Amino acid sequence: MPDVQTLVNEFLFKLKKRKIEGSHATARQTTILLRSVISQQRIPYTHQAAALIDAVKAVGEQLVAANPVELAVGNIVRRVLHIIREEDLSPTTVAIAGLNVSAVSDDEGDTDHDDHPVLSAAAVAAASRNTLRPPSLQTLLEDLPDSAAVPHTSSSGGDSEGKSKSADKSSRSRRLKHDVIEAVNELIEDIDTCHEQIAEQAVEHIHQNEVILTLGSSRTVLEFLCAAKEKKRSFRVFVAEGAPRYQGHLLAKELVARGLQTTLIADSAVFAMISRVNMVIVGAHAVMANGGVIAPVGLNMVALAAQRHAVPFVVLAGSHKLCPLYPHNPEVLLNELRSPSELLDFGEFSDCMDFGSGTGSPLLHVVNPTFDYVPPKLVSLFITDTGGHNPSYVYRLIADYYSTDDLVLQRKPAPVN
Amino acid sequence: MPPGRVPHGAIRPRVRQVGFVPRNAQPEPRARARPYPAEAGSPPLADSPASNSLSPVMIPPPRHLSDNLSTFRTPAVPVPEATRRHAGHSPVVGSYDPAESLLGTSSPAPSPPSSDRLIGDGEFSDESWLRRSNSAKLASSFPGGGFDKAVSTADLASNVSAKNTTEKGEGTALEVKNEAIPSSKPLKVKTTKSERRALQESQRAAKAAAKAEGNKSIAAASGRVTSVKAAKQPSQKKDVASAAPSVAASEKKGSDRAPEKDRKKDAPPPRMQFDDKSRVEKAKRRAVVNQTEARNRVELFRHLPQYEQGTQGPDLESKIFQLKPMHPAVYKVGLQFLAGDISGGNARCIAMLQAFQKAIKDYITPPEKNLNRDLTAKISSYVSFFTECRPLSISMGNAIRFIKNRIAKLPLSLSESEAKALLCSDIDRFINEKIIVADQVIVRHATTKIRDGDVLLTYGASCIVEMILLYAHEIGKQFRVVVIDSRPRLEGQSLLRRLIAKGLSCTYTHINAVSYIMHEVTGVFLGASSVFSNGTVYSRVGNASVAMVANAFRVPVIICCEAYKFHERVQLDSICFNELGDPDAILKVPGRMDVNYLDNLQNKENLQLLNLMYDATPSEYVSMIVTDYGMIPPTSVPVIVREYRREQLLM
Repeated sequence: MPDVQTLVNEFLFKLKKRKIEGSHATARQTTILLRSVISQQRIPYTHQAAALIDAVKAVGEQLVAANPVELAVGNIVRRVLHIIREEDLSPTTVAIAGLNVSAVSDDEGDTDHDDHPVLSAAAVAAASRNTLRPPSLQTLLEDLPDSAAVPHTSSSGGDSEGKSKSADKSSRSRRLKHDVIEAVNELIEDIDTCHEQIAEQAVEHIHQNEVILTLGSSRTVLEFLCAAKEKKRSFRVFVAEGAPRYQGHLLAKELVARGLQTTLIADSAVFAMISRVNMVIVGAHAVMANGGVIAPVGLNMVALAAQRHAVPFVVLAGSHKLCPLYPHNPEVLLNELRSPSELLDFGEFSDCMDFGSGTGSPLLHVVNPTFDYVPPKLVSLFITDTGGHNPSYVYRLIADYYSTDDLVLQRKPAPVN
Repeated sequence: MPPGRVPHGAIRPRVRQVGFVPRNAQPEPRARARPYPAEAGSPPLADSPASNSLSPVMIPPPRHLSDNLSTFRTPAVPVPEATRRHAGHSPVVGSYDPAESLLGTSSPAPSPPSSDRLIGDGEFSDESWLRRSNSAKLASSFPGGGFDKAVSTADLASNVSAKNTTEKGEGTALEVKNEAIPSSKPLKVKTTKSERRALQESQRAAKAAAKAEGNKSIAAASGRVTSVKAAKQPSQKKDVASAAPSVAASEKKGSDRAPEKDRKKDAPPPRMQFDDKSRVEKAKRRAVVNQTEARNRVELFRHLPQYEQGTQGPDLESKIFQLKPMHPAVYKVGLQFLAGDISGGNARCIAMLQAFQKAIKDYITPPEKNLNRDLTAKISSYVSFFTECRPLSISMGNAIRFIKNRIAKLPLSLSESEAKALLCSDIDRFINEKIIVADQVIVRHATTKIRDGDVLLTYGASCIVEMILLYAHEIGKQFRVVVIDSRPRLEGQSLLRRLIAKGLSCTYTHINAVSYIMHEVTGVFLGASSVFSNGTVYSRVGNASVAMVANAFRVPVIICCEAYKFHERVQLDSICFNELGDPDAILKVPGRMDVNYLDNLQNKENLQLLNLMYDATPSEYVSMIVTDYGMIPPTSVPVIVREYRREQLLM
C-alpha cells in the first residue's frame, strides 16, 4: 500500500487541476482516500477518536483548499468526521446494547424485566442522538423517557465498561478503527447506490405522456428517466444542450440508446419550449443549507422560465451533495470561470486582445462561468436518496448527516493555503 | 397666414384632382403646388429630427427629411406638413388634416378657421398626437390620404357623401375608394407564409386592383353609411364617364357588393399549416424549389415547414435557365435567402425590395393584359418563390403588402413606363423612409437612454442595436457592452468583432451565463423581428430568455424595432408561429471535436433535433419599445398598428 501522503498529494493535484469532474466522482474518491487515511492512522490508546478526527481534518482541510468550489469534498470530510464521532460513542452504547440484549436473552422466561430492556434501548438511542445531533422535534419528544432512563443505564453501562475495559483495551482501538472503516465503506456504498435509490422514486413522479425538460447532463437524471422508462412509462424528453460543455448531447445520446423519445434543443430555445413542458428535472452540483442549488450554468434561466410557466422544477441530488453551508453571494464566491476557448477560439480574436491599444486594458473580456445559483424559491422539489423534500426542509436534512462541530471546517483552510 | 392656410387645404383636393390622374407624368401640378410651401409652409422645416430626438416620450416623427426626399410627392407635402406640424406644437391652431380637407371639399368656400379647429379638437384631439405625424406622412404621399382615416369614423361618413355630391372631390373620392381597400385589409391580413397564401394574395390583389378601378362601395368600407352609396354612385358615374371611361364598366359590379360581405371576403386565409397533408401536396406540386422534408420532425412543430438544408442549391442554380417567369434578380436574392447569405429582417426586406425593383424595371406588360393585375400576379409568384426559399419575415410581409397596394392603386391612365418609374420610386421611398431613416431616428431616441458608466447587454446581432451602440460611442458616451450569444448561429461573434473594431469595450458570453452577468448590467437592448399587437416581441430565439432574466434582475429591457415591422397579429407562445432552421446545426458543434456524441444518431427515429429560429417575448418583460414614432410601452403597439398601418400602405 502506498504511503498515505502520496495518495493525498496525488488527489490534491487532481483536485487542483480539476481533473475530477462531477461531484459524484469527487465524493467517491474523497471517501476512498479518507478511508485509507484512517486505516493508516496510528491510534494512541487514549483519545482515539480525537486523534482520528484530527487526522481526517488535517487532510480534509487540504482537500477543501485544493478545490473550494467542489463542495462535495467538504461534505464528505464532514460526513467522515461525523461517522468517527458516532462510532466513538457507539462502543459504549453497543456494549450496553449487547449487555441488555444478552440480559434479555438470558432471562427470557423471566417475568420481572418489565421495562428495563425497553427503556435502556430507547435511552441508548436517545443518548447517542443527543450527543451528536442538534435538538430536533424527535429528540425533544424522546427526552421524556430519556430523563428517567439515562442515569440508570449510564450507571450500568459504566459498570460494564469498567469491567470490560481492562480486558478489551487493545481490541477496542482496533474496533473503533474497524467500525469507522466499516461505516466509511457503507458511505461509499451509499454514494454508489444513490442513483438507484433516487431512480426508484421515478415512477412516483413521472406519469404517462409527460414532457420533461432537462439541461446538460447528469447521471442521476439519466438513471431517473431510464428507471421510469423501464417501468413502461412513455414520455418525451427535451434536452437543452448546455453550452459551452454540450453535455446535453451526451445525455441525448444515452437516452436515445435506451429508447426514449428525445428532442435536443438549443439553450436559447428553453423559454420557447417550456410552455409545453410538464416538468423540469435537473441534476445539481450542490444543495446549500437554505435550499438553494449550485447547478450547472444556465439552470437559473431554466428555473425562472419554469416558474413563469408554473412548471415544477425538480432537483435530483444524492445525499453527498447536501452542503451544510449557507451561501453568500454564491454566483461569485462559489463559482468558477472556465477557459474562454470554449466560447471563442483563441486565434479568432487575437487582434482584439492586445493590451497595448488605447487605455491599456483589453477591449474584450470573455466570461465563461461553470455554475449558476438557483435560489430556493425557484425549486419545487428536491429528490434525494431519502425521498422528496421541500427546499425549506433541506436545513433539517443536513442535520442528519453532519455534526455541528464540523461545520466550520471550511473556514480553517485559509491559513493552510 | 392662418386664414389662408385653410383654403389651401380646402382647395388641395381640387388641385390634386387636376394633377392627380397623371400624377407623375405632368409637371404642371407640381409647378402649381410649389407656391404652397412658400405661402403656408412657414414652419415646416423648423423642427428637424435632431431637435425632436430629445423629447422624452412622444416625438413627432422626423420624416420630413424623407418627405423632402421624395420628389414625386413634393407638391403635396408642404401644405399639410405645415399645418400638421402646427397642430402638433400648438393645439389651438390644431387643424386636423382629414377634417380640414373634408371641410374643404364639402364647402369649397374658405371656411373660417374656427370651425375647422372645432372639428379638429373636438373629434380628434385625443388622437391628434398620434395622427399628427401620421397624416403628415399621408399627406406627403396623397392629397386625400387623410380621408382614409376620416372614412373610418362614422361621423365623417356624411361628409364623404357630401363631398362626393359636390363633384369637386372626384379625385379624392376616387382616392378614397382606392385606399379604402387596403385600409380594411391590413386589419386582417396575415403575413404571407406559404405559396398558397401567396396565391390567394395575388388573387385578392388582382381583385383589389379590379375594385380599385371602379369599386365605389368600398369607399364606405367602414360600412356604416348606406346613404353614401346612393349619393356616390351618380356622382361617380359622372366623373368616371368624363375622366376614365374604362372604369365605368367594372364600376357597377363593385358598387353592388355590400361592404360587409366584401370585408369578409377580404379576410385573409389562415396561414398554411404544414400538417395538412393534402394541402402540402398541392403546394409541392406548384413549388419551384424542391425541398426534401427533414426526417424526425418534432411533433409539436408539424405545422411548420422543415426541409433538409443545402440540398437544393445546385439544383436550383441549374434551373435558372428553365424558369422563365422568374426574374434573375429575384432568383439571385432567393438563392441568397436559401443559403442564408442574407439574414436579418431589414437586410432581407431591402434585398427583396431591390429585387422587385429590378424586376419591375424589366417588366413589360404582356399584350392584352393589364399592368396592375399582371404585375401583381408576377410579384405574387416572386413572393411564393421567396417563401419557398425561406419563410418570409413579418417585415417582408409588410413590405410586400405595401408594394401590392401601390400596384393596385396605380392610376390606369399612367403609361407603363410611368407606372414602373412610380413603383420604383415608391420602393425607394419605402426603403428610405421605413428602414433607413427610421433606423436613424431610433438610434437618436435610444441613445438618449444611454448614460455614462452604463453596462449594456445585447443578444445576438441586431443591426439596429449595433447602430445605437456605435452612435453612442461616437458621441462620446462611456459605457461597456455585454454581448450574449448562443448556438447554433453564434451571431454575436460578428457583432462583437465589429464593436471591438470600433473600440468599444465588450464582454462576451453565452446565453447560459446570462444570469451570472446580469448582476452588473444596467440596461438591455434587444432587436426584434416583429412586434405583435398584444405587445409580444417576436425575435431571434433566446431574446425571450434574456428579457426574462433581465426582468428577474430588475434591469430595464429596451426593444428597438422599426414600426414597419409591427403586425396586428397576436401571439402568446413561440410554437404556433415560428420558423425552423437546419436541424443538423444543432447536432454539430463546429470547432469542438470532443462534442461528437450524436454523430451517428441522426437517423435514429427517437432522436429529434429542434432548431427554432424565433421566440416570443411576453410584453411584461419589455420596459419600452423604441420605434421611429418614438418610445412607447408595449401596450401602445396596437395603437401604432392601428393608426399607422393603413397609412403605411397609403404612403
